[in-house]
Amino acid sequence: MIPRGDFLRAPAGVEPCDGQAGDCSRCGRIFSERFPLLERRVNGRPLVYLDSAATTQKPGAVIAAEARYYREHNANVHRGMHTLGVEATDLYEECRSRVGRFLGVPADRVVVTRGATSALNLVAGGLGPSLKPGDEIIVTEMEHHANLVPWIEVARREGLVLRHLPVTAGGELDLERLPQLLTARTRVVALTHVSNVLGTINPVAEVAAAARRRGALVVVDAAQSVGHLPFTFDELGADYLVFSAHKAYGPMGLGFLVGGAEALERLQPVEFGGEMIETVTMDSATWAAIPQRFEAGTPNVGAAAAFPAALDTIDEATLQRLRQHEISLTAYALERLERMGGLTIFGPREAERRGGLVSFHDPMVHPHDMAQLLDSLGIAVRAGHHCAQPLHRRLGVVATSRASFGMYNSHDDIDALVDGIGYARSVFGA
Amino acid sequence: MNAGMDELYREVILDHHRSPRGREPLPGPADARAEGKNPSCGDELTLELACAGGAITDAHVECRGCAIATASSSILAELVAGRTPEQARALAEAFRTAMHSPDGALADELDPGDLEVLTGVRKFPARVKCALLPWITLLSALDAEGEGKPAAPASTEA
Ligand SMILES: Cc1ncc(COP(=O)(O)O)c(C=O)c1O
Repeated sequence: MIPRGDFLRAPAGVEPCDGQAGDCSRCGRIFSERFPLLERRVNGRPLVYLDSAATTQKPGAVIAAEARYYREHNANVHRGMHTLGVEATDLYEECRSRVGRFLGVPADRVVVTRGATSALNLVAGGLGPSLKPGDEIIVTEMEHHANLVPWIEVARREGLVLRHLPVTAGGELDLERLPQLLTARTRVVALTHVSNVLGTINPVAEVAAAARRRGALVVVDAAQSVGHLPFTFDELGADYLVFSAHKAYGPMGLGFLVGGAEALERLQPVEFGGEMIETVTMDSATWAAIPQRFEAGTPNVGAAAAFPAALDTIDEATLQRLRQHEISLTAYALERLERMGGLTIFGPREAERRGGLVSFHDPMVHPHDMAQLLDSLGIAVRAGHHCAQPLHRRLGVVATSRASFGMYNSHDDIDALVDGIGYARSVFGA
Repeated sequence: MNAGMDELYREVILDHHRSPRGREPLPGPADARAEGKNPSCGDELTLELACAGGAITDAHVECRGCAIATASSSILAELVAGRTPEQARALAEAFRTAMHSPDGALADELDPGDLEVLTGVRKFPARVKCALLPWITLLSALDAEGEGKPAAPASTEA
């Protein structure tokens, strides 16, 4: 088990940034010139993109790789005997291996899906038939609907009991409650690695160790952490991990389930059809081996052909440096927003305990109006419940505004945000 | 203001948002009541109507929403008092139609007051639901009142 926060420490030789604007050369934008969309103007202003937690922008190399696939290699996978079919299959399988190398697992433990949501549906739906009425599932109060609603549905179908691990006032998991919640009937513990609202980095390894002592399977939603925090699958100690390529500088329509070998064996397929079978008669079918067993139908080969270019970009920058950069931006955003006064800022106070995002609430300006007025200045933030309604209920607000960061952001973007919030307040006479 | 924001946040709208009408609870029990919500953003609204002598005498709106939804609620409270349920329904339906039409006109006979200004929001498609939320909740309250049963929750997604 790794101690809490261990993988957050700056690697040797990297000076932690002090978060001061202007005098922080180490935390200048990383590779921003490689992201063509960032040259855009929005509402007559240069775009300030602060919505990377919803989806990151894509490096030109990713866009080019997807275009190249359709120009040069397009064919269906695992079917064609012809040259294009072989090339497409190679590109698709190379993506699987590349993701495996990125997270430290062999390729045959990487299932390609449409995204984190469909991967979570596969885990929940795939485990369902092996669970019995009265079995218990623990989810946390800070889950994205993608890691909550599939469990609600499976619980309803199979007669399972859903238990909730609460969030403290400080925006962290209330781990003191975990021992009472873990019982002899707990079968699954599902939690997010990084909260998409609070930013909190959860001590997944600690939770996983406790869950495993009880014989429960651990499902980690890594949608906000892959490509942003340095870690390997084994370090988390989980049985299943899911993420979407599009939040890690890759294309949309592509995601992954990474699992332990035994954990994957336990899953029943949830989609049936071509590609996932071994032998089919008119009345029966046997399943293909893992991972193909979980990949019915034609996948998003173009996106798979492009995603390795995103991982290459991340590796070139190094995850350590990207992490340091997000800590620096988050620390600066927390400090500047705090100093504005009157804003409620959610989640832990220390940037080291958070992913690269900050959600806030201004009692004078509703998040929609905030996002609209910021947009008029070319600043893109997300407003709403961020697909986490139970968490917002817990926080006592219907909606929040969220600024989230990618490698291409800098302190200047946060300065623009702070000025923009001031402008929004002035419109409402605050 | 910049980049078309003065078209969205018109002075009339900001004024309703700053001092919304219809915030005070009704003096007596409500004769009709409905809840409304906008599932895409989580905004919520409770509407209560008092009726007497075949007309709506008072409206109480509690809106947990953005400036547009709050202003629209305030305009609703101001406009429905004194109308018959049929007149209030006609106004709500005309407004809904206007918000989805290119010119957004509301007939003068409807006596639309500040609602005319609110039709400008239709140029901001993402905010149309915010403006409509109070009015679809009104329709739900009126439906229930007509049938003498509790109102179904209104939703901008329905
Ligand atoms: C924590 C978390 N989990 C899951 C998801 C779902 O990802 P996707 O919509 O790509 O399936 C998101 C994305 O919003 C997220 O932030």
